[in-house]
Amino acid sequence: MSLHIVVCVKHTPSATGGISIDASGKVKTDGLQYAINPFDEYAVEEALRIKERVAGSTVTALSVGPARAEEALRAALALGCDEGVLLSDPSFEGIDSYASAYLLSLAVKKLSASKPVGLALCGKQTNDNESGQVGQALAAWLEWPSAALIKKIPSIDAQKALVERSIEDGVETIELDLPAVLSVVKEINEPRLPSLKGKMASKKAVIPRWGAGDLQADAAVVGAAARVVPLASAPPPARGGGVLIQGASAQEKAAQLVEKLKELKFI
Amino acid sequence: MILCIAEIRHGKLVPTVFELLTAGRKLADALGSPLAAAVVGGPAAAQAAAEAVAARGAERVYVLAHASLEQFLEEAHALALKGLIEKEKPAQVLLSSSALGRSLAPRLAVSLRTGLASDVTEVAVGPDKHMRVTRPAYGGNLVTQLSLTGRPEMATLRPMAYPRLEASGKKGEIIPFAVDPSVFKFKSRFVSFAPEQTSEVDLSSAEKIVSGGRGLGNAQGFELIRKLAQALGAGVGASRATVDAGWIPYRHQVGLTGRTVRPRLYVACGISGQIQHLAGMSASDVIVAINTDPNCPMMKLANYAVQGDLYEIIPAIIAELARVRGDAPHPAGAAA
Repeated sequence: MSLHIVVCVKHTPSATGGISIDASGKVKTDGLQYAINPFDEYAVEEALRIKERVAGSTVTALSVGPARAEEALRAALALGCDEGVLLSDPSFEGIDSYASAYLLSLAVKKLSASKPVGLALCGKQTNDNESGQVGQALAAWLEWPSAALIKKIPSIDAQKALVERSIEDGVETIELDLPAVLSVVKEINEPRLPSLKGKMASKKAVIPRWGAGDLQADAAVVGAAARVVPLASAPPPARGGGVLIQGASAQEKAAQLVEKLKELKFI
Repeated sequence: MILCIAEIRHGKLVPTVFELLTAGRKLADALGSPLAAAVVGGPAAAQAAAEAVAARGAERVYVLAHASLEQFLEEAHALALKGLIEKEKPAQVLLSSSALGRSLAPRLAVSLRTGLASDVTEVAVGPDKHMRVTRPAYGGNLVTQLSLTGRPEMATLRPMAYPRLEASGKKGEIIPFAVDPSVFKFKSRFVSFAPEQTSEVDLSSAEKIVSGGRGLGNAQGFELIRKLAQALGAGVGASRATVDAGWIPYRHQVGLTGRTVRPRLYVACGISGQIQHLAGMSASDVIVAINTDPNCPMMKLANYAVQGDLYEIIPAIIAELARVRGDAPHPAGAAA
């Protein structure tokens, strides 16, 4: 039995180092370079590996975002995903994780009408807002079982998945009946590079765009009734100037440092 | 009412609940509302945890005890807590952004049809009486303020962001909250737990961390890092480069693709301070850098920068620590 796998990807700034804010405290987006969220690359790779393990499986990549987010889907197609669908609508602009997960759940249901989705994979978080919510929120909207922080999938078939979850003091093994949602961590695999053939094919691929009407999205969930309202952003407060520990030898420097650590009651 | 969700991990109460209670106390005082906690777990563990939490600041402790809640499963814990929250209607709900909290909170929020702020470092009450939170984003390059307007207002709190509330003279009321076993027909099952075979300090709640970077030169360098960590009672961290090189397991990685830490003391040894590493540790209270390059970002960021070869500096620090503690003679030739 084969699996229809959905992998969720976000198109995010490829470097967060140069982020700046405008006078109103919002992130300046012009001039930013975008790419597939680095954490989602592991989810895409894992989807492809499961496709290779469970014969006859297919992978559909989904992304919520503006028109440019199509590039994240093309990147996923270049790596080997079979289809990509962009969830895009003017009313989706500026939505939070809660609403993104809701839209993804509607798309999963819509895809399931023709080929039931057995597994949805997400990265552990994005590199922009870093909320780390979408996978578990998606599972809640779908009322599917879920597990986050997955570092290994020792076994999977069309009915069940056995997964290993990284927690603070060790590794838990969980068994889930499919369909289910899994969020994966970097440790799970090493993402492949796209092939030239894949790149060429992805350029020509037709990426359907589903708007609020196609998804029959409830405007009250997506729209203005925000539950998390951004007020302002600012660069982190600068740290006070540091002290260069003086000393002619390693021993002198060590003594100076230990003295400071003693003053601060670390010792 | 402000509700803090305690974490019971493999039968033991995780002390981050006392950090939630410190943050919750601040909200409770500003809003004039009661401060409550909930414990979810197997019967014996939940009762023991409830006693501990009731003795340290929670005015009420709801106990959700059932054999099927002994191990953490997202669906089981979310369903149990949803029942409590719908009945008691807290205005604010706080969880820790631990592995469990990060797994549970988004599911719980959606099932309650409310919003959630993740991994916050500060909580406050706005002029509109809604909870306001501060959280880092974009790899620590931005600090964002959010107002929560859903019902309840939910946030996960970064471990170590607040000190732990100490025992108070008063003991809170312990309230059993019946969970209906018939609803616990879940599609996920706990199979097993393999604890890490290590006596090392857990990074995410470590008060002190000693981290090693590319400057170590090789995998054996971490033996020195471990010795210094042991001497300081610290956890062992690592930069992405050393993890990618296979010198140390991924669980030690600090940074954007690893763990975010906020210890009181962070000692960066041979770490130049790439932005993705800084994202995971720049909120540390005191940073010490040991590096041959005085101009690298980590040395600029550090409160105390020690220039030199870490293979000379670290052994000297270990010897000095032993000396000040009086368990070793003064090293010959040291002019302290």
